[in-house]
Amino acid sequence: MLEKVRNKLSHNKMNGWDWAFVICNTIFMILFCVVTLYPVLNTLAYSLSDGRDAILMGIHLVPRVWSVDAYKQVFKIAGMPRGAYITVMRTIIGSTLALAANALLAFIISRKKFLFRSGLSLFWVITMYASGGLIPGLILMTKLHLTGTFWVYIIPGLVSAFNILVLRTYMDSLPDSYEESAQLDGAGYMTIFLRIISPLCKPVYATVFLFVAVGHWNSWFDAMIYNRMNIKYTTLQYELQKLLNSVMQQTGSADSAGKTGTKSPVTPITVRSAATIATMLPIICLYPFLQRYFVTGLTIGGVKE
Amino acid sequence: MSLNDKDAPVLKSKINKTELKRQSILLIIAGLYVIYGIVFYYLPLLGWIMAFEDFNLRDGVIHSPKVGLRWFKFLFADGTFPRVIRNTLAMGAINLVATTVTAIGFAILLSEVKNIYGKKLVQTISYLPHFLSWIVVTSIVRDAFGTNGIINEVLVNLHIIDQPISYFMHTQYFWPIVAISNVWKETGWNAIIYLATITAIDPSLYEAAAMDGAGRWQKIKHITLPGIRSTIIILLILNIGNVINAGFEVQYLLGRGVLQPVSQTIDIYVLNYGMKNFSLGTAAGIFKTFVSMFLIFLFNFIAKKTGEERLF
Repeated sequence: MLEKVRNKLSHNKMNGWDWAFVICNTIFMILFCVVTLYPVLNTLAYSLSDGRDAILMGIHLVPRVWSVDAYKQVFKIAGMPRGAYITVMRTIIGSTLALAANALLAFIISRKKFLFRSGLSLFWVITMYASGGLIPGLILMTKLHLTGTFWVYIIPGLVSAFNILVLRTYMDSLPDSYEESAQLDGAGYMTIFLRIISPLCKPVYATVFLFVAVGHWNSWFDAMIYNRMNIKYTTLQYELQKLLNSVMQQTGSADSAGKTGTKSPVTPITVRSAATIATMLPIICLYPFLQRYFVTGLTIGGVKE
Repeated sequence: MSLNDKDAPVLKSKINKTELKRQSILLIIAGLYVIYGIVFYYLPLLGWIMAFEDFNLRDGVIHSPKVGLRWFKFLFADGTFPRVIRNTLAMGAINLVATTVTAIGFAILLSEVKNIYGKKLVQTISYLPHFLSWIVVTSIVRDAFGTNGIINEVLVNLHIIDQPISYFMHTQYFWPIVAISNVWKETGWNAIIYLATITAIDPSLYEAAAMDGAGRWQKIKHITLPGIRSTIIILLILNIGNVINAGFEVQYLLGRGVLQPVSQTIDIYVLNYGMKNFSLGTAAGIFKTFVSMFLIFLFNFIAKKTGEERLF
């Protein structure tokens, strides 16, 4: 036993410099985690603080006086629950439809016998680089009567060249023999897509779904541009931005903030923190379990030729 | 890397009548995709006409009076737009360099962590900020850099500064703050791909180097860095076009008031002026597209000349 340990140690041959490096590297990694987590935990601490106490500032990781009133207040702001509903709907519907649309197109482009294979590829590659810009896009949406609707979030971004690239790279790596044997059994292309290729593509489908879903969850610009006039369809992040802005104006004059703050158990700073935490919570709870999907996705979509 | 690989085996000769019949369903679907693409990606390019006319809603895109290059001349008539271009390119370049360097550095250091659980934990934490929206991140950044924020608190306690600084009142702090925001948000995420490349390097190279007495630094310099070199260059070329696209959310959300002269980017300019004057906004948008195309081709050209990997 001892012999083994000694062998292992001598094999590793850790000298003084190596130890110094390992210690420094460990300290660096701990610092990195602290810098990453502190702002989030700090916001969490403020969100769970009593408003009158939070106004004195200086809270770090643990509230001095605990309170969940700020969260109750956030859910009472009309825009927040409605924005959350719209955002959940667009994330689910938008990601599902985008995955289906991109997967089918990637399937077509990755068929080696397809007549217009390279032409169709080029058609979509060009869209990656040339875009009309904000104003022509806005005019198009108006002309198509998409502005002021829910579908303006879903339809314009349905097909994206980057996601096709990721999906196609994965599909190209599958052996042709699956398709050939299915073909011999008389399967048409749609059967091959639905029954053979799609089940094999589950990991990369998860990746693309995740990428699109994160985009939908965090988007606010399209809500601001297309649906500013129609508050029925604004998104969660847009409502958060509106809230943060109004709070900033309130705290801008410290005087008024102080006055309202001392009277109520919720103050702008706690409401703002609670709203921020509430919008990020779902995604923070989910992402650690989805890690392997985005790691594979980035790796195949990226550099591996 | 590119979608359009010319090396794919051409099997056209195999396409006979039966195959064509089998493919008919694919051809119909592909046709629908082309219609979608034309409407949502190619039709807006037609809107570029607006940049050369005095657009009004009554006459529409096609029939509005033509004014030639008037809006392009207008863009450069005063110092605003050139300053906007400077801001866009400067922040884009600073962000690209800062996020690339930190991601590579982090990936190399993390690959040196031998404790598998520690490594996993650090990596999981490092992804977190990527999943937050810029709305949330800028709110966090505003708090951290505020007069009562943690940055001032730490700096004052370490006696690096005597008085808390109001970072958002002085223009010289804005670009570094934008870079720091980007680094905070994306370092862990960008490191994923470098870490994957480092993991794929043949371990026997390191063993052989160790036999020859190479130290840790020499191994990084002579094996790890050359191993991820092509990845770095491909990603740089891919992101160079985004240098000009990335200048929107952070700048728009953080750069209000006195910061306008250093924070305004082309996208913000288009949003501020273009929503009132569609022709001017389109002209600025066209300018942006051309600069981004130019940057991509320039970097591709440089990569080609120096014998590096390239996109096309």
